[in-house]
Amino acid sequence: MSCKLYVARSASVAARKLGDEMLIMSGRDSTLFTLDEVATILWEAADGEKPLDEIVDEDICGKFEVERGEALQDAIALVEGLAEHGILLLSNEPPGEPSLQRQVKR
Amino acid sequence: MSSLMEEMSAKALELGVPLSAQIDLTYRCNERCVHCYLDHDDHGEMTTGELKRLLDELASAGVLFLTLSGGEILLRKDFFEILQYARELSFCVKLKTNAILIHEAEAARIRALNVDSIQVSIYSHRPEVHDAITKVPGSLKRSLDAIRFLKARGLKVIVADVLMLQNAGDYPHVRALAGELGAEFTLDPTITPKMDGDRSVLGLSASETALHQVFRDQALVGSVEEFCAPPSKADADDLAALPCSAGHTACYISPYGDVYPCVQFPLPSGNVRRLSFLDIWRHSEALKEVRSIRLGDLTTCSHCVHLTACTRCPGLAYMEGNMRGPSVQDCEKSFARTGIASTNLLSKKSSNSALVQIQSLRTCASAA
Repeated sequence: MSCKLYVARSASVAARKLGDEMLIMSGRDSTLFTLDEVATILWEAADGEKPLDEIVDEDICGKFEVERGEALQDAIALVEGLAEHGILLLSNEPPGEPSLQRQVKR
Repeated sequence: MSSLMEEMSAKALELGVPLSAQIDLTYRCNERCVHCYLDHDDHGEMTTGELKRLLDELASAGVLFLTLSGGEILLRKDFFEILQYARELSFCVKLKTNAILIHEAEAARIRALNVDSIQVSIYSHRPEVHDAITKVPGSLKRSLDAIRFLKARGLKVIVADVLMLQNAGDYPHVRALAGELGAEFTLDPTITPKMDGDRSVLGLSASETALHQVFRDQALVGSVEEFCAPPSKADADDLAALPCSAGHTACYISPYGDVYPCVQFPLPSGNVRRLSFLDIWRHSEALKEVRSIRLGDLTTCSHCVHLTACTRCPGLAYMEGNMRGPSVQDCEKSFARTGIASTNLLSKKSSNSALVQIQSLRTCASAA
């Protein structure tokens, strides 16, 4: 990556963790998505402030036996796909305003 | 239901997660619908703080689909504060309202909070019929204006009609009206007894002829041949199946904090003012009893030919006196659909030939 990529959860979606998967309802067209365990880790870390490569380093490579370059490539493909559906927001800069969403206590 | 939704529901069931919940924010209402099952007096509604704490607990318990209903939800002065809090907790929020308090500003706020859908009750395309049912002059116009405001903001609106004696012939026009407004349409053929057990409102139920017609309306049921086909014989899998999602992956909470398996199943299961929601969800003896019931355990229905296709509502059965028993309203629907009498109706026929439904049953059976 030539520059940092920041990912933030869209405030328009509804989401809830079910077991180790994340259920996400698109606010655009009520389409339901599920994210697997690794994608859920990315989703939960997508606060708009931590760059994607750091998320991959700390939250993916630190927990799973996976090669960094491959993991980053997969992560970029995933976030770009989710951004196309409007459920993640991508930016080259961290956002100026905090996200609408509260952290659900568990 | 989509296959993904079915898969997620199955997973929620396996994990014991309440994927869906309905909270009635208030029983107060600005309409007085003739068929309503609620007592509209305020007996001590949950405060804003109590509702926010409940929402925290529901989110932690895994609820994704949250329906806010009433009564009329917009009569709560803190309605938008609660709605915003629910969206901050990332619930998929559906609203049920008569919408007569929704104007452009309210529609804009609902849009800004990314509500999934708004269900609006419309009982007829004719003001004289709709307004007579709601007992509020001008209510049809106000509800329709509100739908236009909501649609102008790009929101998903569902027009909900209830089939009853007063409006049975009007639903095709309401459906057409919904289409013109860009709204979806749903028709409920069931009048629910009052929550205190008073069954007098059932006298407003649509006639058997009207039900027969509705169940043969392709626009509502899809393939009439399939929908009205004679029931298939139940096998072991059918007998092991659950009656419905109430108390398994869905629940209801009243404005006073009472937890029930479903809005239509007023089995007291606990109160969130005294216990946490999760304590009630996991440990309530009432909910455990509901969860223990399989179709094969039903006292009359397990032997009935309609078992596999019946819309039997455990809540309606409970309100008739036995959550394992039949619900006459659903027996009547099964009969109107297929022309075949249920075990329950046949037993009533043999025990009391003067029952109204048996007289009409005889008429229809001879006509068929």
